[in-house]
Amino acid sequence: MVSEEAKRDQILHVLNRLGFGPRPGDFERVRAIGPDRYVQQQLHPESIPIAPDLTERVNQYRTIHMSPIALFLEYQRPIMQARMATRAESGSDQASIRDATKDLRIRQRIVMREAVEARLMRAIEGPRQLQEVMTAFWFNHFNIFAGKGLDNIWTGVFEETAIRPHTMGKFRTLLGATAHHPAMLFYLDNWQNTAPGSPGSKGKFEGINENYARELMELHTLGVNGGYSQADVIALAHILTGWGLPKPGGERMQGAAMGRFYPFMRRRDNFWSPRAAAVGSSGFYFDADRHDFSSQNFLAHRIDGDAVAQGERALDILASSAATANHLSFKLAQYFIADDPPKALVSRMADRYLATDGEIRAVLETMLTSAEFQDPRYCGAKFKTPYEYVVSCVRATGVPVSNYRPLYGTMQMLGMPLYGCQTPNGYANTQDAWLNPNAMMARLSFATALGSGNLPLENPPFEEAADGGAMRREPAVVPRDGGGKVRFNFGADPARPHGPRMTPPDPTQLAATLGNHFSPSTANAVQASPAQLRAPLILGSPEFMKR
Amino acid sequence: MIFQESDSCTECSLGSATPISRRAFIRRAAILSASGIVLLGPHAWAARSLDGAIKRRLVVVFLRGAVDGLNVVAPHAEPAYYDARPTIAIGRTGASDGLVDLDGYFGLHPALAPLESQWRDGTLAFVHACGSPDPTRSHFDAQDFMESGTPGIKSTQDGWLNRALAAIPGTHGPTEALSLGPTVPRILKGKAPVANIALGRAAERPMPMDRPVIEAAFDRLYAGNDSISRAYRDGREARKRLMSELADDMAVANGGAPSPNGFSDDTDRLARLISRDPTIRVAFMALGGWDTHISEGAANGQLAGHLKPLGEGLASLARLLGPNYQDTVILVISEFGRTMHENGNGGTDHGHGNVMWVMGGPVKGGKVYGKWPGLSPGSLYQERDLAITTDFREPIAAVLRSHMQFSDAQIDRVFPGRPCSSGNVDGLIKV
Repeated sequence: MVSEEAKRDQILHVLNRLGFGPRPGDFERVRAIGPDRYVQQQLHPESIPIAPDLTERVNQYRTIHMSPIALFLEYQRPIMQARMATRAESGSDQASIRDATKDLRIRQRIVMREAVEARLMRAIEGPRQLQEVMTAFWFNHFNIFAGKGLDNIWTGVFEETAIRPHTMGKFRTLLGATAHHPAMLFYLDNWQNTAPGSPGSKGKFEGINENYARELMELHTLGVNGGYSQADVIALAHILTGWGLPKPGGERMQGAAMGRFYPFMRRRDNFWSPRAAAVGSSGFYFDADRHDFSSQNFLAHRIDGDAVAQGERALDILASSAATANHLSFKLAQYFIADDPPKALVSRMADRYLATDGEIRAVLETMLTSAEFQDPRYCGAKFKTPYEYVVSCVRATGVPVSNYRPLYGTMQMLGMPLYGCQTPNGYANTQDAWLNPNAMMARLSFATALGSGNLPLENPPFEEAADGGAMRREPAVVPRDGGGKVRFNFGADPARPHGPRMTPPDPTQLAATLGNHFSPSTANAVQASPAQLRAPLILGSPEFMKR
Repeated sequence: MIFQESDSCTECSLGSATPISRRAFIRRAAILSASGIVLLGPHAWAARSLDGAIKRRLVVVFLRGAVDGLNVVAPHAEPAYYDARPTIAIGRTGASDGLVDLDGYFGLHPALAPLESQWRDGTLAFVHACGSPDPTRSHFDAQDFMESGTPGIKSTQDGWLNRALAAIPGTHGPTEALSLGPTVPRILKGKAPVANIALGRAAERPMPMDRPVIEAAFDRLYAGNDSISRAYRDGREARKRLMSELADDMAVANGGAPSPNGFSDDTDRLARLISRDPTIRVAFMALGGWDTHISEGAANGQLAGHLKPLGEGLASLARLLGPNYQDTVILVISEFGRTMHENGNGGTDHGHGNVMWVMGGPVKGGKVYGKWPGLSPGSLYQERDLAITTDFREPIAAVLRSHMQFSDAQIDRVFPGRPCSSGNVDGLIKV
């Protein structure tokens, strides 16, 4: 006979781990169907209907649905052209180039803002919570930094097309989608990786670049102790030569400005030539002229020269390796179970991975239906990352969000700017990484501002916040410096001179949303506090710091 | 008017940082410092601060991403250097945009010219061909080892800078170790408490938690002895102390004109805090952006663009520390060096040996320490990288011994299993 209390703990556990915590009504919904059935539903997100209103609002974010090439043509090429024209007129004076491109660069910021809002909107409101968790998980696993060059326009579409559709399918498909995406090839420099002495080798494309090959094994697949050597890194780099971006040449206008990036100015292959259609709008381009067709010895396999198929074969080997199965299972268990996950479970997950040819859904099922997952000692044992803390706070209050700036500003302040992790290893999700004195002050300040209705979350979306008809400037979402410098504060939103606008959460409703599950000391502290501090205390309570 | 003007209701607003709270804050800070005993809590650290003998300190700046040491302190006397780097080698001394000559053999990257005066006045030294003996070329493993201080051993839980603080006898106050940045890095993980403050001007902005009524309410939630409660209380104490010191300074800072670059903004803040808080013993900050696989540039370009603010920030730190510079050693470290040869994309890949920077009043500078292995093919590590002849723990141990006045036993606690001295950095610190 399971006690009422144990049942309540299990309901909260699945809401906290398969998603970003309860929204109003979630607790009752899971109680009605039972936690086991909830897990099965979440494992099949396609079976969960999405409110038409949410779909419509996500679809309004135009840029996350554009192709990388279309994004380049609309948002990057005009900047390059303006730079080129200014250079032709007034030389390479940096100040005049900055002036000439300023408005275009501000115009470009909408691309990152839409990516951030589309992510947060679905994390906060979406019913397919496990899918949202897995999207964040895999993006972080295949992390790219939006502050690096072209990834400023490609990060959103990378997540939308290379990550989101593949979060529960075969890992090989997910791996392939990232390996072919221009955002990844640009971020880890493989677009310049060139066979020495090949016909296409010249200028900045003259030789091997090991960056992607190394991280592909160390971070994406085998893991750092996955049994590869420096010779394997070099072999894989050779195998991946020529995997890169299409070349936007062709127009005289582009000339030297583009040539610094793309020295090949042949008319075929460029972004807007008929051949571009053959290349596809994906933005992936294999340049046979820069590929090393020789055979390579890679991880005790001989890979013979057959153009792009060599790389595909290498990805097959990596995706089906036992080291990869272990590495991914450990990471998943560390996210879903505990900072130091039980070894026996990791091993069963890795077995399932190998038995199903790397099917992510099957591995998740093994984990989420395990005894370890339900073990009470792991309930509430994970310290939330800043992303999880901020999203779960907003979900718990149920406040409708139309202005996301205070949310991503808080994540930035807490050291976890969305899409702002500069290094390819992504963010950690352990307590050790995120619990520190200053973080507690910042988290509780956020809880206070949100809990007392002092964040401008319900203000109109940015473009409509016109003052006297004048359009305000789009602020940068992911700064080029990776977000180390925080521009946000809890006091005022610089884009909005008016005071905060949001409905203060009702503490009684908030407590009910969270299943009235509080320690005696929290319950007493909430009781003893003035009414306007009760919601802040609930959101800032020790139990709400954890999931 | 649909919604309120921002300043119509500031006093009752919990979320906004009000002018009232700021004034109250500064007033409170003034009262506290006037009393002479600042925020004496469960720790006895305020009393320690009155002991004039304890003021030697160590600042560590970590360049994450592996800075190209061969272009920071370049061996311009070796033709092999120029042969290996046709487009990214820095021109010889005397050429326009050429190296700043150091000793006739090595030259400093021209973007670091702001540090030339420290070199000339003998408070800046380098240790070349220095690094971690572990062969990894993974950024993350190499940083981990350099921060744990135990290369090759992954099970080490704490960081060497925290162990260095813990090796000093007595209890430790919440601001003896200070990290600039939103999270506490591996190097400072461990038993001794660590304060951290945000980067940039956000560090000085008031937050709702600065208000006594809110603080008092949360105190009831975090009275326990668990790790979150301890972080809470350390945060509360450290924030009060750091904010009161910064607030005092703000009054004379004349509106606080922004620094020319973000790093100087942070080093200036660090200098102010050190000047005002004699209890700060160790401080840490990290800078990213050194992973120059493509388009590294030479005298100008990507690397130069990163070195310039670093050099300016360090020069400014030395200047603003004033008399405290005489008691401060600043180390600049990075996880490994980069390949000797430039790659096919005008950049460099992950390498091995690097250069460590050692700066401060106690340093016997104006000298490139270490044993230079040379760049001939036979002397390179795995035929591609600068070899390591000095373990990175050696110069740090020398700083701990001669500057922080650690015994060998204390140093062993910081670097268990450290290698025997090679003699390569003898005399690095004035005795």
